[in-house]
Amino acid sequence: MSNQTNTLGKRRQRSTNLAALVFLLPVFLILTAFIFYPIVDSFTISTYKWNGIAADKTFVGLSNWSKLLGDREFWFAFRNNIVIMVMSIIIQIPIGLAEATFIEFAGRKATVCKVLWFIPMLMSSVAIGFLFNYALAANGGMISAVSKLFGGGNIDLLGNKSTALMTVIFVIAWQFIPFYMVYCMAAYTNVSEDVYEASLIDGATKGQYFWQIALPLLTPSIKSAAILSMVGSLKYFDLIYVMTGGGPGTATELMATYMYKNAFVQFNMGYGSAVAAGMFILITVLSLVTMRMINGKKEV
Amino acid sequence: MEKEFQKSSIKSRTSWAAAILLACIATITAVLPFIFMVFNSFKGKFEMLTKGVFAPPEKLNFANYEEVLSGGFVKYFGNSVFVLCLSLLLVLFIAACAAYPLARFRFRMNGFLYGVIVACMAIPIHITLIPVFQMTKSLKIYDTIWAMIGPNVAFALPISVFILTSFMMGIPKEIEESAEIDGCNKYRMFFTMILPLAKPGLSTLAIYNGVNIWNEFSFAYTLTQSPKNRTLPLAVWDFQGQYSMNTPMIMAVLTLTVLPMILLFIFAQDKLVKGMTAGAVKG
Repeated sequence: MSNQTNTLGKRRQRSTNLAALVFLLPVFLILTAFIFYPIVDSFTISTYKWNGIAADKTFVGLSNWSKLLGDREFWFAFRNNIVIMVMSIIIQIPIGLAEATFIEFAGRKATVCKVLWFIPMLMSSVAIGFLFNYALAANGGMISAVSKLFGGGNIDLLGNKSTALMTVIFVIAWQFIPFYMVYCMAAYTNVSEDVYEASLIDGATKGQYFWQIALPLLTPSIKSAAILSMVGSLKYFDLIYVMTGGGPGTATELMATYMYKNAFVQFNMGYGSAVAAGMFILITVLSLVTMRMINGKKEV
Repeated sequence: MEKEFQKSSIKSRTSWAAAILLACIATITAVLPFIFMVFNSFKGKFEMLTKGVFAPPEKLNFANYEEVLSGGFVKYFGNSVFVLCLSLLLVLFIAACAAYPLARFRFRMNGFLYGVIVACMAIPIHITLIPVFQMTKSLKIYDTIWAMIGPNVAFALPISVFILTSFMMGIPKEIEESAEIDGCNKYRMFFTMILPLAKPGLSTLAIYNGVNIWNEFSFAYTLTQSPKNRTLPLAVWDFQGQYSMNTPMIMAVLTLTVLPMILLFIFAQDKLVKGMTAGAVKG
């Protein structure tokens, strides 16, 4: 009897396994073809000198990798990624949180703000890149127009090596602040209304409520937002490629734009693959370390 | 006592004033570039330079729009619609298929396979760009609209599976149990019960992925070459080559590419906002 139920159970498990296989097959086929295989292939191509078109590839071993390790431009691009990452977290999340808090406190009256503040999110990175290219242009741009109003001359923020990166950081902030605003608004809905009312009855001011009650409750959400922002900043490409192409010089070069230029402008696929693979390793390591740190703290 | 109350109300009044001032600055910053785009799109090439960039256009002049629309813009738009529809259908169906066993079956590899899929969320597309480029060339689909479908689907899947799996975990188990007693197998159950019940999750995902696919740039830029096979984000790119010195014309192209999103925002604001932030799930 028990033997019988056992085989029945086994048969059942087998049919479950089969169904799982059937349902999971498509996703793994696609991921293998477009993600897993290409990752392996990138590492393979990185050991060749190849222009991507000609049939002959020359095996060069690890020379692309040793070139990458000593490549100042790549490490400078990595530094730019880190600057953008840090500045994004410092600028975007606090402003997004401030906007969400304002809407939370002002209630219905702030609906207009909510709608208007969301507007940048309606545009794609590419459209934003082009828009600001023209809006910040030295000739006929907004900043120059304002400067002329006060008697100044044309200002070329993007064409100037010392201001280009900060300008790009500002544009990225313009693009993503609404995202963190909506994110923090969602986080606020998890802080229960009762907590808010109780604290006001106890005589807390809104400021006290924010700093001492809401903020600690929002901290886990803010931490996740920081991880999102971090991973996003390291992968950044579209907006900067459209706006500056990494220039002037290498002032706004990122790992991704550097990779693209090597592979698809200079057609140096071998070295481009090494850059892409290096970028992949750096992003993976940095995300793992950060997640370990944040999750580790949770356990303590 | 009363004095203290007055003091605190004055203090809160000044802090509100400061907050409102900051809110106004935030509003101007968020809206001004947008106004710059829309206003200038209606201006003539020289009107913008002589009248100043912030001045409203003299009249609603649709000449720029007419020129853009007759200059091949419709083709880009059609390509975008095609790529969007096909990619979205595939993503939603494949993700639903994958999420079903991950959320509701018990089998040995479940946790591991789920982990592998979810880990793909952090992978930068650039590590796949060169091999995918080579692959499209050898499959002879380079510079066709088919080239974008595979990468679009692949990079939308991890987060879709992630969100749908947690959504499907929330569907009550009893529904499945009673159906199973009635002799319904897992495949029929998926199509008749789970898929219809997962509709709210699927619609959120449709918006999230839809916006991303609509705006996708890197693969479209790398895998296509001729204007007749390119999608909307590249329309701006290609038009810029043509009209680089004509700012109002570029602004008209930009306004047209943003238009679908503006319409969606006006008519389905809540759904759009919810869908676009679906990616921001708690880690």
